[in-house]
This record gives sequence, C-alpha cells and structure tokens, in this order.
Amino acid sequence: MKPASDEKAALFVAPAVAVLGAVAVVPVLAAVWLSLHRSIVIFHEQRFIGLGNYRFLLEDARFWSALRTTAYFTAVAVSVELVLGLLVALLLVRGHGLLRAAVLIPWAVPTAVSARLWAWLFNADYGALHRLLPSVDWLGSPTAALHAAILVDVWKTTPFVALLLLAGLQSIPSEVLRAARVDGASPARAFFSITLPLLRPSILLALLFRSLDAFRVFDAIYVLTEGGPGNTTETLSIYAFKTLMRSGDFGYGSALAVATFLCVVAISLCFFRVLGRER
Amino acid sequence: MKRALATCAVLAFFLGPFGWQVLTSLWPENELTRPFPHALTLASYAGLGASFGRALVNSLVVAAGTTALCLAVGSTAAFAIARLRFPGRRLLLGAALAISMFPPIATVSPLYLALRALGFRDQLAGLVLPYATFALPITLWLLTSFFRALPEELYRAARVDGCTPWQAFLRIYLPLAAPALATTAILIFIFSWNELLYALTFLSTPAKRTIPVAIALFAGEHTEPWGEIAAASVAATLPLAVLTLLFQRRIVSGLTAGAVKE
Repeated sequence: MKPASDEKAALFVAPAVAVLGAVAVVPVLAAVWLSLHRSIVIFHEQRFIGLGNYRFLLEDARFWSALRTTAYFTAVAVSVELVLGLLVALLLVRGHGLLRAAVLIPWAVPTAVSARLWAWLFNADYGALHRLLPSVDWLGSPTAALHAAILVDVWKTTPFVALLLLAGLQSIPSEVLRAARVDGASPARAFFSITLPLLRPSILLALLFRSLDAFRVFDAIYVLTEGGPGNTTETLSIYAFKTLMRSGDFGYGSALAVATFLCVVAISLCFFRVLGRER
Repeated sequence: MKRALATCAVLAFFLGPFGWQVLTSLWPENELTRPFPHALTLASYAGLGASFGRALVNSLVVAAGTTALCLAVGSTAAFAIARLRFPGRRLLLGAALAISMFPPIATVSPLYLALRALGFRDQLAGLVLPYATFALPITLWLLTSFFRALPEELYRAARVDGCTPWQAFLRIYLPLAAPALATTAILIFIFSWNELLYALTFLSTPAKRTIPVAIALFAGEHTEPWGEIAAASVAATLPLAVLTLLFQRRIVSGLTAGAVKE
C-alpha cells in the first residue's frame, strides 16, 4: 500500500518552484513572446510582428555564420577536451594527490580571468606564445583567433572532463583489469576492450555536459576577441548579446536567443536518445 | 618514465599559464617589452586601488547572497523530494536539471526588462535571483541525493516520536546535512563568483561591477595595463584557489556526484 502524499510537502517545495519558475521558465516563455515583436527599448517601440524576426533570421548571413562558428567551436573543443581529459584521468588514477590539486586550478580560475590571461600570452607584441611562435598572429587572423578561443576553453574545462572520467575509472572494479592481465591481454588491449567500454556512460555524460556548455559559450570569446576579428569568432550568444545590449533590439535579440535555446534543446534530445538506448 | 614525462607535460599545461600570469603581475611595467624581467615588484598590486577592492566586495556580496538564498530554498525542497510523498517529485528534479542546461542568453532579455521594471537593474541584489538559475539546480541535486542516502528509519522514528515533518527537517536532517551543505555552498559560491553574462548585462555603474566584469572591462588610459590586469587576475583568483585546494575532496565529489550514480 502506498501512503497518501504529505499535505505539507507543497510548503517545502513551493519556494524552490517559485524561484525556478520566476528566473527560468517564465523568462524563456517571455523571450519567445518578445521575439514575436519589433521591440526597440530606448524608443519605447513595441509592435507585434508575428514571425517577422524569424523570417529575417533565416536570411541573416551573420546568424548562419555565428551558428557555424558555435558548432565548430563546440565540436572541436569538446573532442579535444574528451581525449585530453581521458589522458589526464588515466594519469590521475594512479597519480599523486598533488597532481589532482594542480589540475583543479584552471577549473577554479574565473573564465573572464582565464581569457585575459591567455590574451596576454597571445599578445601580438610581447606575448610569451608570440615570442615562441612569432609567425602565428594568434588573435589577429580569423582562423587562428577561433582556435585560440578553443585553446582557452580546453585549458579551462579539461579538468572538469578529467574529474568526471576519473570518477568513472574509479568505479571500474580492479579485478576485471587484473583478470585481463592474467589472461595475457596487453595494456593497450585491456584499455580498448575493457576500460573504454565500461567508461562509456561517463564519457557520454561528459560529452553531454560539455557540449551544452560549449554551445552557450560567451565569457571566453567575449573577453578574448569580442567576436572579432570581423565577427569571425562571433558565437550565437555573443551575436544575441550585441543585438540586445548594443543595438537595443530586444525583438530580434530575443529571436536569436530563442534560436540558441532551440539548438541546445535539439542537442540534449540527441544525447538523451543515445543515453536512453544504453539502458 | 613515459608516465613522468606525461605528468610534467600536464602540469606545465595546466599550471604554466597561470604561473606566467603570477610572474607578469610582479613584472615591472616598463620591462614588459622584454622576454624576462630583471627584477620583481609589487607595484602592479599597489596600482589596483579602491575600484578593484570594491569589485571584490561586490562579488563577495553577490556570491554570499546567492549561496544563502539557494541553500535556504533548496534544502527544504530537497528534503521534501527525498523524504515526503507528493506527486511530481521526479518531474521537479528533471526540470531542475533541464533548467541548469538553459543557455543564459535565452533568459537575459526578459530578465533585464523585469529587473528594470522592478527597480533592480544596476543593483547587486538584482543578480541574486537570476543566479539561482544555475545555482538552485545543483543545490537540489546534491542535497536530494544526500538526504536519500540517510536511512529512512530516521524519518519514521522522528515522526513516531511526535516530530512534525518540519521539525524532523530542522532538528534532525539539517544538522546531519552540514557536510553536504558545505560542499554545495562552496560550489555555488565559486559558480556565482565567476559569472559574467548576467553581471555584464544587468549592472551599468562602474562602482557596482563584480570581479569578472571588472576584469573583462579592465582598461587603461592609453595602452592595456597588462601588469595591473595580471595583478587583478591573481587577486581575483586567489580566494578561489585557496578554497579549491582546501576543499578539493568535497569539490570533486560534488562535481561528480550526479555522474556516478545516475
């Protein structure tokens, strides 16, 4: 027999539900509503235009370029972080506690700080990386600038991936690996046939968290390049931010924000399909 | 041997850039054009001045406010999800997870208009509630899994002894949850300390800037003051680095809690 629900429960959860509703659910719906308007805040102009902003968006080359940049940034950054994170996790599994502490430092550095820190290394006159590789114009050429931003993201977030994968590695029973060694499997064979398949859930989870996080990237690129040179590192979040706060165009800015939101929803749905099939 | 080399490479990659920033902060401003400094100085730190100190205080206020709000609101809800029976428990956790994945840009425009209408735009207090978007979901997840791990008999015994659910929460569960509350508080504090997008959008007065905004908009009169930027970066990161190193284990277990179980 299932006991009836506690009538007091509502009082316990009401504040949290109210907060989440007020700062997340209602604003997202309000953003959709705003995106159906022509709304320039400083002129107090607000007029319903239906899907007009979205029709404009489909023709907007700058939107498609931002979408491409965001997708490329996400794909490359997350792949590199996964491979590097796995290597670091393998080192951490049998490594010293000091190593783990060291790896946590970039995680604790605020993203705005890490972007500034790398901007100085990339500096085209006196930066340390510029002195090492004088032929690369890190923040001045479009291709290099996007990859510089990826490098900043990799530095800052690989620790998180490594820690997630480390937790996964630690949950693999050591008997399984010992049995494989007894049976004569080489370390490489044991890694690819045992460790990696058992690590699959952790890898998928790290991919999910990191992809969603990388897709909404703002801080690192905004501080590093502000989307430049020539909008070549402009991601969806940065384009939407500039449209909202610099042009004051809340209608189209909200349409861009809603488009970003829908992309994130689509990515999560893909991941949940894969994760669901695992069970 | 290979392992030692790999460890050195990892250490160099993860610590090198920050170490270079520390060195830059001690580098005399007029020697920055050289590949290495000839002497070290604290001049860049002395040059930071009152505006940076104010940013530190602002960040502290916002991060502490967010932590207090989320712990207060989140601990009662987490207790109810773990121990009380009501419809929609799983839905609530799922919704919290979904909300933590929202791109913040999606809520910036309506939140900006709402804060402006309520008179909270350009107020530090106006940041606390929006920060709950990312801070409250972690609170719910971490505390719910902690409360669930406590034996259920504890709750039944308390009820049999005449405690109301509220008393059971306040007198028994909350004191036991002190370690989980500490872990959650550290994570919320760090995430709030680092937030840029909302702070950049909602604050406009320079005196109200939080640390990430101050660092992002740090500008000199003529050239970029790299020495001072480095000093500000180090000063802004130091509290976090100390927190992280002191509470390594808690942070790692908090970050990976959901990952292992679910």
